[in-house]
Amino acid sequence: MTELLTMPINPAWAILLGGLMIAALPWHNARKAVMLIAPAVALYFWLKMNAYGDFSHLSIDTLGATLTTFRFDGLSRIWGLIFIIATFLNAIYALHERDRLQDSMSVLYGGAAMAAVFAGDLITLFIFWEITALTSVFLIFRTGTAAARNAGLRYLVMHIGSGVLLLAGAVLLHAQTGSWAFEHIGLEAGLAGWLILIGFGIKAAFPLLHSWLQDAYPKATITGTVVLSAFTTKMAIYALARGYAGTEILIYIGVVMALFPVFFAVIENDLRRVLSFSINNQLGFMVVGIGVGTTLGINGAAAHAFADVLFKGLLFMSMGAVLLRTGTVKASELGGLFRSMPITAFFCLIGAGSISAFPFLSAFVTKALILAAVADEGHWIVWLFLVFASAGVLEHAGIKIPYFSFFAHDSGRRVKEAPWNMLLAMGIAAFLSVFIGVNHRWLYALLPYANDYEPYSLGHIVGQMQLLLAAIFAFALLMRLGWYPSEKRMTILDIDWFWRKPGKALGKWVYAIIARLWAYSKQGLDKSLTGLSSMLATMLSPDGNFSRTIPTGALAVWAAALLTLALLGVYMAG
Amino acid sequence: MMALAGIDWNTILPAWMIAHAAALLVITPLLSGPIALVLSRGRLAWAWALGISAITFVLALILYGQVLDHGSVEYVFGNWAPPLGITYNIDALNILILLIVAGMGFLSLLYGLPSIMREIAPKDQAAFFATYMICLAGLMGVAITGDAFNVFVFLEISSISTYILVAMGAGNDRRALTASFQYLILGTIGATFFVIGVGLLYMATGTLNMADITAQLQVHGDSRVVRAAFAFIIIGLGLKTAMFPLHTWLPGAYTYSPTMVGVFLASTATKVAFYAMVRFILGVFSPAAPFDGALLELVLAPMAVAAMIICSVQALYQTDLRKLLAYSSVAQLGYMLLGLSMGTAAGVSAGLLHLFNHALMKGALFMGVGIFVLSYGVRHVKDLRGLGKAMPLAAAAFTVAGLSLIGVPLTAGFVSKFYLITAALDRGWWWAVVAILISSVLAIFYVGRMLEAMYLREAVKPAPRSKKAAGNKPPVIALVPLLILGVANIWFFFDASMPKALTDAAASALFGGGTP
Repeated sequence: MTELLTMPINPAWAILLGGLMIAALPWHNARKAVMLIAPAVALYFWLKMNAYGDFSHLSIDTLGATLTTFRFDGLSRIWGLIFIIATFLNAIYALHERDRLQDSMSVLYGGAAMAAVFAGDLITLFIFWEITALTSVFLIFRTGTAAARNAGLRYLVMHIGSGVLLLAGAVLLHAQTGSWAFEHIGLEAGLAGWLILIGFGIKAAFPLLHSWLQDAYPKATITGTVVLSAFTTKMAIYALARGYAGTEILIYIGVVMALFPVFFAVIENDLRRVLSFSINNQLGFMVVGIGVGTTLGINGAAAHAFADVLFKGLLFMSMGAVLLRTGTVKASELGGLFRSMPITAFFCLIGAGSISAFPFLSAFVTKALILAAVADEGHWIVWLFLVFASAGVLEHAGIKIPYFSFFAHDSGRRVKEAPWNMLLAMGIAAFLSVFIGVNHRWLYALLPYANDYEPYSLGHIVGQMQLLLAAIFAFALLMRLGWYPSEKRMTILDIDWFWRKPGKALGKWVYAIIARLWAYSKQGLDKSLTGLSSMLATMLSPDGNFSRTIPTGALAVWAAALLTLALLGVYMAG
Repeated sequence: MMALAGIDWNTILPAWMIAHAAALLVITPLLSGPIALVLSRGRLAWAWALGISAITFVLALILYGQVLDHGSVEYVFGNWAPPLGITYNIDALNILILLIVAGMGFLSLLYGLPSIMREIAPKDQAAFFATYMICLAGLMGVAITGDAFNVFVFLEISSISTYILVAMGAGNDRRALTASFQYLILGTIGATFFVIGVGLLYMATGTLNMADITAQLQVHGDSRVVRAAFAFIIIGLGLKTAMFPLHTWLPGAYTYSPTMVGVFLASTATKVAFYAMVRFILGVFSPAAPFDGALLELVLAPMAVAAMIICSVQALYQTDLRKLLAYSSVAQLGYMLLGLSMGTAAGVSAGLLHLFNHALMKGALFMGVGIFVLSYGVRHVKDLRGLGKAMPLAAAAFTVAGLSLIGVPLTAGFVSKFYLITAALDRGWWWAVVAILISSVLAIFYVGRMLEAMYLREAVKPAPRSKKAAGNKPPVIALVPLLILGVANIWFFFDASMPKALTDAAASALFGGGTP
């Protein structure tokens, strides 16, 4: 018995079990209690594992392979912890809701993401990879609108596809190496490496593979979006860090990821959609860190993922609270909410400050690692682009989100403050964001590799403050001069002025071209599909040729014909 | 399952029962049939049949224990030595089939009480259970016997009783009669081909004992007679297995028969015929023979792929629930045939594993449909609307089985498809892998249609009850077997060692001990 107690236990099982219990329990209060207790139990297991040290066993034998369902090491450790925290915060945030399906699915989803992170082999990874897709899609469906249902289906297709690519790559890899272990893969593995990279890339929302994110997340339920923002993409970042550290192409993919959403986010009116673009942008930084692949780069990706779950969750939570109280998150319909939702506004500002990397807030100490890693390797152009992207973060997430919802011109809405549980969840997330910013040693100690980087150097603080203050000053100046017309619905801050207009025009033009191409090809495709499907229907439908009740005599002839064929076949053979 | 096998039957049961388990396995249900008829009252006959089928299941478990201990068991009738007398041979291959038949026979009987009481006229109920027991005996006999002519006899016993069972659905739907008649004609043609083949074999080798035939064939080798025998036997068994394109009798028989018969047939009948096919192609004839390999690669493999894809599309088009499942069964048989046609130990093992899993999932799916029919008079896919809420437990088990049919991870279906894919890759059959994937995607759609109606659609009007549907609560006695199968579909993902050990042992024995 004592052996059982000291045996390492996968924290993910606590969460998954909790999710199953929630699905089964008929009492609302019990379900909510389980939602809160399951992450606490998982945290307990995690702490025990942390004291125990690295571990990689707990295998089951199935499918002719030994599956390592639990690997606890420097890399998976930090992801496990942040997923536990996220599950807990989501539980608090959803306390006021009475929705069994959503509760159980969000907990199972978190547990599956955690189990995927702790997976020591590709089969286990694949299984939980698919489970995250299957469970999370309900958070989108649950909104109940036709748009959400369609977006959910598109989401599901992309994510199941991602899993299939992963499995195909894994099988190929197994054929090459004879092992299912999930270690460094890299593009050296040839086709297998590419397949798995694309599979990971879909979940990590690589450019051109990213559309599901902005499509589905804003259409999910209020709590659903908060839950979604925490897990899927961060799990993909983990998988990339494990399998593709130091793959150079990731640096360039990451730069594009960090840059392009900025342009879209600024012209977007739906604030939850703005945040979805912002996810993309933050992921870009992490992907660059992985692409650099030095210990500093991986550390940076891990640390930034950790901080991102907190501040992005916080921002989504604050927008969720606004959506709950006002019924909209359209920038043009909001404003002046700080009067009625002061606490939410305050937490939102902390989130905005964190994502913009203000000193003493979390991204300041995490993003710096990635930038330093890039600089150390001498990628100066990449470094410049990332600094530019950082300014973009401030524009679309740091200022736009809080400004349009809580300040700007008063929309006249007078609503209640967010429910206490939402405030509590936001409060904890805000506290942790500040805590990391101040006690960066605590986070650095959790990172995969030893880390002696010091973010609070004079140069770094001054440089960052210059960047931030210049943007804020420009913003304030425009407000004072009245060049910033508050009536105009979708006005964007002036530092973007240079590229906003051409950017928007370019965006519109590309969109129009793509829409036309799409319509054109769809027309052709539809035509050929209609032909094909009517042909299939005549053959195979219940009234079709294959399914009609054929005269028994004809069947007998059929059988005789096949016998003749077989006889001929065996006579000819050999 | 493993726990059941571990019971020391010697301490519980009399020694003669253990010693003669093989013979009793067939004789008990065969003789119990007429007694069920004498009992004449439906419920009484049911209880009798249930007791007997429980005993057969125990006997199968005893044999399973013996096979685990000794590798294979030979039972000789009377004092006639093997080549002359009739023997029963039990090895890893057929004990798997015997367990499925006995287990599913018991479960579907347990499940069937409420639906039979509803669907069969009271005066016919005893006859129904009697026929059912005889059918069970016939299927067991095909699987257990080591004598080629005996296979024919038992095949006919099981088939004729199946025609009757299917025809008994006429009370519900007159189309059962056409379906049964068609099945009768085709089944008889199949049996005739088979017996002609056995006769030719007897002519060539002078023996009917399967082991002896194999030995004689090795001595006398190849001849036209042997080749003709081979073709006749395979096409005959192909008809019984519902090998594409000889499957046309199957959808009707599964759809219009009484619901319980659908459950039983879907999980056992074609499985037994498939077993016989494996036994003859790889056991009696040598896979090394040129005509054998040619048939596998040139006839069986294309037919298998055609079944997997064409019948999946056909399932996609069906509106009738049971017909949808029936077409899907033909497609799934394609997977098993594909495994067999690979002609490697890994392929055959994967095919047999899929056979085992398919019995679990199709059994559960047909049971689920039967329960929906019973409570709500469901007939078409669209009638499933809102059932996820109305019958959460039955719907959950149905869903698990449906996911298993697709081959979603964490269900048994994933395991066998996975092995099938790896076996195809080992063989270098990329097109087979593609076919498996296409067919799985099609399965996502036809299963998805049912699940979508069940969970995402609201019921149009409160409970579209038919006149015949009585209560909305599923009867517990029908629900329990369904839940058992639902759990089994998950269980055999996490611990597939029991069926896997058997299929591996069976496959390596068929390929002469070594893995090619």
